Amino acid sequence: MSAGVVIIGGGQAGAEAASALRAQGYEKPILLIGDENQAPYQRPPLSKAYLMGTLDAERLPLRAESLYDKQHIELLLGQTVVDIAAPLQRIRLRSGSVLPYEHLILATGARNRLLQIKGSERALYLRTLPDADTIRERLASATSVAVIGGGFIGLEIAAAARKLGKQVCVIEAAPRLMARAVSPLLSDFFRDAHEKEGVEILLATGIEEIEDAAIRFTDGSRRAAEVVLAGIGVVPNVELARAAGLAVGNGIAVDEFLITSDPNIFAIGDCAEFPCVFANARAGGRVRLESVQNAVDQAKCVARGIEGTPEPYRDPPWFWTDQYNYRFQMAGLSNGHDETIVRGDAASGKFTAFYFKDKRFIAADSVNRFADHIAARKILGSGTKLTPEQAGDEAFDLKRV
Amino acid sequence: MPKVTYIAHTGESQTIDVPAGYSVMEGAVRNGVDGIVAECGGACMCATCHVFVDEAFLAKLPPIGEEQEEMLNATAVARRPNSRLSCQIPAIAALDGLIVRMPERQT
Ligand SMILES: Cc1cc2nc3c(=O)[nH]c(=O)nc-3n(C[C@H](O)[C@H](O)[C@H](O)COP(=O)(O)OP(=O)(O)OC[C@H]3O[C@@H](n4cnc5c(N)ncnc54)[C@H](O)[C@@H]3O)c2cc1C
Ligand code: FES
Repeated sequence: MSAGVVIIGGGQAGAEAASALRAQGYEKPILLIGDENQAPYQRPPLSKAYLMGTLDAERLPLRAESLYDKQHIELLLGQTVVDIAAPLQRIRLRSGSVLPYEHLILATGARNRLLQIKGSERALYLRTLPDADTIRERLASATSVAVIGGGFIGLEIAAAARKLGKQVCVIEAAPRLMARAVSPLLSDFFRDAHEKEGVEILLATGIEEIEDAAIRFTDGSRRAAEVVLAGIGVVPNVELARAAGLAVGNGIAVDEFLITSDPNIFAIGDCAEFPCVFANARAGGRVRLESVQNAVDQAKCVARGIEGTPEPYRDPPWFWTDQYNYRFQMAGLSNGHDETIVRGDAASGKFTAFYFKDKRFIAADSVNRFADHIAARKILGSGTKLTPEQAGDEAFDLKRV
Repeated sequence: MPKVTYIAHTGESQTIDVPAGYSVMEGAVRNGVDGIVAECGGACMCATCHVFVDEAFLAKLPPIGEEQEEMLNATAVARRPNSRLSCQIPAIAALDGLIVRMPERQT
């Protein structure tokens, strides 16, 4: 019998790849190996509803456990793959078992970047369900919380902690929030939103030390912080791929079919660096994205590549984050834009910023404007033209583009 | 557990016991019912969990919230009067036997 597909990583991408292969009619064995003890579950609620206690743990799994049996997907949980012997098409587990594959899918995700400052062992991080449980427990008995890092996850944690009634301070080294992913307009909007909710936002601020129940800044001042949470970005899990001799850049390098430098090995999700038509060509056009959309759509693309008609990965990137009553959705990648057109009114908390580069529409950030977001995704996906004038004219129906 | 019947656009039907309090979307996704995509996992952010609710159950559904209202206008297959987002329908005893039909496409 054929060795079938082995998937390394039981996260969103790995789980979706397994289901998508079955949905494509793939009949050979599928083995999904994950080093966490839980069956694949959703991470987004960990910094939102789950942290606030409004969603139970039993609702986090992506699939009912019985479904894996039903679809003949073998799950190996709590097992780490330590070696890939690419020429032999075999992998080895920490336990010593050696398993063959016909196709290998790397869905190893990413892990948190760790702080390198004095006292950093006091900081908590959020990536996994056990991480979230620890944070919930620590938050329960704390009154003051410091969040290091003003990116999406840091800000979501700040919003959740605030809703739980904590005194919250967000500390960001850059001069604005979410600087890597959003334009200054959105950074400012979310800074206002957090400040209105009573969160203290400290920008361009350096930390000297995490003390026992406080943060000491480079200027000598302090903030009380019984709990310190750090969300300063992630590093992709590429070590396994690198050791196997696969090409690695800012992630496991793949081509437009998501194939690595070995033709039998694919990489998807947070660990993969791929050529993206929506990315800034001047910056090389290759990106690594961290989103559910990217994990799911890349999984589907690989499933088609293995069982069906291979097609290049061309889905427009999109992402959402939820902070207080603001539903913020991004379509496309706005890096490198040279013109911003706003539809709606930021002051009302309902608006979309459309980004253009050389008059070409490249991305849209929507706050509580769902229809704009969906329209933007469709326009990006179909490659049709949207002019700055049309974007700015409320009377112009975006669905008509 | 309330039973929910999911009918694909091809006519294929599947009945699932959905744990009380879970959404109709969760009942489908967790059990591998094709035809509901649910990209956002129930955050009311994606409109890819669109279903047509059997007329007999319409009156028993919770009212359409503001967010759902806006998103229903952006579904891949055009909205009909009985369109709902399945992540916004809780499986509750009063809806036992619910029948939903899935559109041809979600994206
Ligand atoms: C708190 C939080 C909130 C988020 N919120 C949002 C959001 O609102 N919207 C959004 O779009 N995205 C959000 N994301 C991002 C999204 O969850 C990720 O992009 C997505 O989970 C990536 O899936 P993945 O399968 O590529 O990686 P992961 O989910 O990281 O899964 C990889 C898995 O592989 C395992 N693994 C790694 N190496 C090995 C090995 N050698 N052997 C065995 N197993 C291995 C890892 O332990 C892990 O379980 C959030 C992420 C976090 C952490
Ligand atoms: S699951 Fe995304 S809107 Fe229902």
